[in-house]
Amino acid sequence: MDFSWITHYWPLLLKGAEQTIALLVISVSLGFFLAVVLALLQVMGPKPLAKFSSGYCTLLRGTPLLVQLWLLYYGIGSLLPMIPGIRHSFMWPVLREGFFFAAVAFTLNYAAYEAVVLRSALLSVPKGEIEAGKAFGMSRWTLIRRVWLPRAIRIALPTIAGEVVLQLKATPLAFTVTVMDLYSVAYKIRQDTLLVYEPLILVAVFYVALSALIVKVFGRIERQLPVRR
Amino acid sequence: MDISTYTSLLALEAPGWGSALLKGTITTLEISFGAFLAGIGIGLGCALGKLNGSRTLAPVLNLYTTVVRAIPELILIVALYYAGTDSLNALLNALSFESVEINGFATAILVLGIVQGAYATEVIRGAILAIPTGQIEAGKAFGMPATMRFRRIILPAMMPTALPGLSNLWASVTKDSALIAVLGYQELAMITKLAASNTKFYFFFFCTAALIYLVITLCSNSVFDSLERRFRRGQVRLG
Repeated sequence: MDFSWITHYWPLLLKGAEQTIALLVISVSLGFFLAVVLALLQVMGPKPLAKFSSGYCTLLRGTPLLVQLWLLYYGIGSLLPMIPGIRHSFMWPVLREGFFFAAVAFTLNYAAYEAVVLRSALLSVPKGEIEAGKAFGMSRWTLIRRVWLPRAIRIALPTIAGEVVLQLKATPLAFTVTVMDLYSVAYKIRQDTLLVYEPLILVAVFYVALSALIVKVFGRIERQLPVRR
Repeated sequence: MDISTYTSLLALEAPGWGSALLKGTITTLEISFGAFLAGIGIGLGCALGKLNGSRTLAPVLNLYTTVVRAIPELILIVALYYAGTDSLNALLNALSFESVEINGFATAILVLGIVQGAYATEVIRGAILAIPTGQIEAGKAFGMPATMRFRRIILPAMMPTALPGLSNLWASVTKDSALIAVLGYQELAMITKLAASNTKFYFFFFCTAALIYLVITLCSNSVFDSLERRFRRGQVRLG
């Protein structure tokens, strides 16, 4: 085992870790908002929208993330320059990057998985609690905001922790669309130094540590919630 | 762009990519099926090992399932691919044979099978634990030997509990098989990428691939649903 390359590559590794974490944070936070909307649509939306939302979840959960990512990056990416004016717009430097497409693909994918979790959590909130809200004269929107959704999120919390870890484990796919995430740094180190296992081990340790941290943080949040059993 | 362009892109004859995509789909299904079976085999062995665990075996199996489930699939696949080829060649060299170029198909199945095995271990272990002890004790009371007890009681009794988990595993292996494309092996995702970059119809080909994967998933779901109905026949339904 030869880890001497670390001294040379640590700035790059740090940058890669930053990109990986950025992808995770962006996809989880934006994806969560999208998931809330999708789940609410399925539970109480008008029928066509509910159908659309469940169709979206089936589609995104039924196809590999890698294919979705490539569809966005190569497919949409090759169509974008055809839109007149887009090359000169201020958005172009962002739209050109693999990072943008990876972030979008991961967000859309995470939202689909999370929406299914939230949907079943919304349905398993005890009826009495919602009726209590109605009895207080809460409007539909207040009821969702103050009772239904917070209660559903608490129910779903352990599953959400698992989904975030799964999302972290999906981020190395970004390397296939030229994002310099942690895994692609390891890939580059392998090409430069011809060491196969050491960079992979280092990166694996990082992922294991980060998932342990995520599990711990969620455990702490769960413990803070008042629960009466 | 009209419809005839698309049909000619998917034509089965040479300029069209239809037959290549079909072949890729079959390869994907073969890899998935092989890895799924390997995973169940490994999972069954490890689950039984964990349940009847000796002091030395149980920690090793725990390490395997924990490590595999904590590391991203892509990294595992790449690491196992190199570790597999390296160790096989080291073994061959030690036995004074020539180094060989390893069959991509077998490696794909083995690598995905090892990943699946870790998840399958937990699914099967949980399902076996869910069997009421009385049923197994009844088997013992009848004087059934361990293998017969496994065949006649444990296996059929754990199936209803294990099936939803196994169905999830199958869904994830059909999608994880796309990761094999990263190693350059020509399954559906890789062939789609080739077709797309050759013809420049990126959007069209990736949509086609997504559709094929979706059809695989939806068909598998209905198969697993009917399997579960079959294994649950005679059970009292709750709710």
